[in-house]
Amino acid sequence: MSGQKINHILHQKQNIPICFSEAILQKVHKIIAHYPEGKQKSALLPILHIAQEELGGYLNVDVMDYIADLLKIQPIEVYEVATFYSQYYLDKVGKYVIEVCRTGPCAICGGEDIQEYLEGKLHIKDGETTADGLFTLKTVECLGACGFAPVMQINTEFYEHLTPAKIDIILEDLRLNATNDKHSDKTWAEKYS
Amino acid sequence: MGRKILLENSDIPNIKSFDVFRAHGGYVSVEKALKTMAPDEIIEEVKKSGLRGRGGAGFPTGLKWTFLDRKSNKPRYLVCNGDESEPGTFKDRYLMEKLPHLLIEGMICSSFALGVNTAYIYIRGEFKYLLGILNQAINEAYKNGFLGKNILGTNFSLDMYVHPGAGAYICGEETALLESLEGNRGNPRIKPPFPAVVGLYDCPTVVNNVETLANVGYIVNFGGDAYASIGLGKSTGTKLISACGNINNPGVYEIELGMSVEDFIYKEEFCGGIKDKLELKAVVPGGSSVPIVPKELILFTASGEKRLMTYESLAEGGFESGTMLGSGGFIVYDQNACIVRNTWNFSRFYHHESCGQCSPCREGTGWMEKILWRIEHGHGNMKDIDLLISIADKIEGNTICPLGDAAAWPVASAIRHFREDFIFHVQYPEIVKNIKHGALYKYDNQD
Repeated sequence: MSGQKINHILHQKQNIPICFSEAILQKVHKIIAHYPEGKQKSALLPILHIAQEELGGYLNVDVMDYIADLLKIQPIEVYEVATFYSQYYLDKVGKYVIEVCRTGPCAICGGEDIQEYLEGKLHIKDGETTADGLFTLKTVECLGACGFAPVMQINTEFYEHLTPAKIDIILEDLRLNATNDKHSDKTWAEKYS
Repeated sequence: MGRKILLENSDIPNIKSFDVFRAHGGYVSVEKALKTMAPDEIIEEVKKSGLRGRGGAGFPTGLKWTFLDRKSNKPRYLVCNGDESEPGTFKDRYLMEKLPHLLIEGMICSSFALGVNTAYIYIRGEFKYLLGILNQAINEAYKNGFLGKNILGTNFSLDMYVHPGAGAYICGEETALLESLEGNRGNPRIKPPFPAVVGLYDCPTVVNNVETLANVGYIVNFGGDAYASIGLGKSTGTKLISACGNINNPGVYEIELGMSVEDFIYKEEFCGGIKDKLELKAVVPGGSSVPIVPKELILFTASGEKRLMTYESLAEGGFESGTMLGSGGFIVYDQNACIVRNTWNFSRFYHHESCGQCSPCREGTGWMEKILWRIEHGHGNMKDIDLLISIADKIEGNTICPLGDAAAWPVASAIRHFREDFIFHVQYPEIVKNIKHGALYKYDNQD
């Protein structure tokens, strides 16, 4: 699985020069300092979150090579991590990534109906992105919010006790926000202040 | 019965902030520990308290601490496991969200006891919103002199950082968590050596669950004996139970260990009974990994005694008729829930989350998922049922980490207690195909 994934990402290499902004770089170096000297690789997971958010919404191979360079590690060390964890996207995703929990406790409280409703409403299947590039729909495993089932996350913000009516309102709000370009939640980098 | 240790102050407005938390007795244990106690005294109190790991395994915390290698000259680390991902479990997020300073306080006392100068809180990546809350609380603790160099004017210094994961259930396993903290894939390590000797950066490391560490402040303040006087027998103290599924009041409850399971399910101040006045069918009391048990075996043991919310009582009867307290992820199923569909669902979860290192788990979880899929969707045959048991047997005990066991137990127990449901699925495929999503649930509210 990972072998295929890596082949897929390597073919996308475009050799575009990539760099964090000065402000983000400062944050990144602050995070690297959380770990002992010589153990800067520890900062890889948090920095990949920031990279994904700040450098185009997904981790293409140019972004990953830049991070490898920044952390003074081999590119393969970044690829193997990026392909292991489910929150890193290797392909372009929509502005809003809707992740619907499909695991047991949500499923017995109607999670599967919610997924179906979203597929119908957005006219896309699990893993696909709407034509306008606004929404990507993804089923995910347990989000650790079982008491509020059924739940979903949109760009890591939780939405709980879902019903079709609630989903209509949430999606409408996001469509409005998209044109205002307003972020409802803080970015990964902003969480480190 | 009914005493609280962790959530006593959780409803006080703005208890999240340092000032309010401090005004309600917060950080007193740090003053007591650093100024009046020797590190070994704290470990002794934790041993006396009988506190057991709240992440799921229930291993005695004080004993785990004594395994920490103190002879090597390497730095030691404390890592808080906040990778809460066990289906049914959502207590640690609640604790970190409501009372971040309670965790930090417990971690300072623990670090002092263990001779640790750097501590990490590992949270799952999906809990991005907690990263801001915890970082703010840590900053406040630094500003007020409870973290950093020479805390309260003593020789003790401690730095604390939050480390987010990025979506992997396996990172809740302590050695996979350490790999992830080092910036690697979350592949569990072969044990021994245990993290207490070779842990983070090959240094001696203690990994404890969020709830476990949050209890340490109380133990320092009031002593191990006071803690041990709460609870029942070897199940001392309180436990956060996250209740979910087909019940009236899902949520996080702090219970004194020893109350009856029946009270917990039916009393208004806890689960409040089964939703829509339906009958109870089954319970998974400790997160998806522990055996599922039917109504008659969750309310009473096989010998007819009342089942209690303790490590011992829930485990009574072994895997024949018992289950486990586990992480406290209490999932309740009503009479309409389809056990076959739920078992398939859990198998899919473990297949998805298997790291792929050990073939029995990597392949076995996939086979179980496929076979359960075909039974649930009306394509199964009678041999499939025993084939599932055979696969579960071959995974259990044959993998580096306990994910393999965790994948095998729900399948084996579902067939043990609900074999007739599996047989029904094989015998009446046409009926099974026509039941949408396996269950006849209703929406909570149509707002």
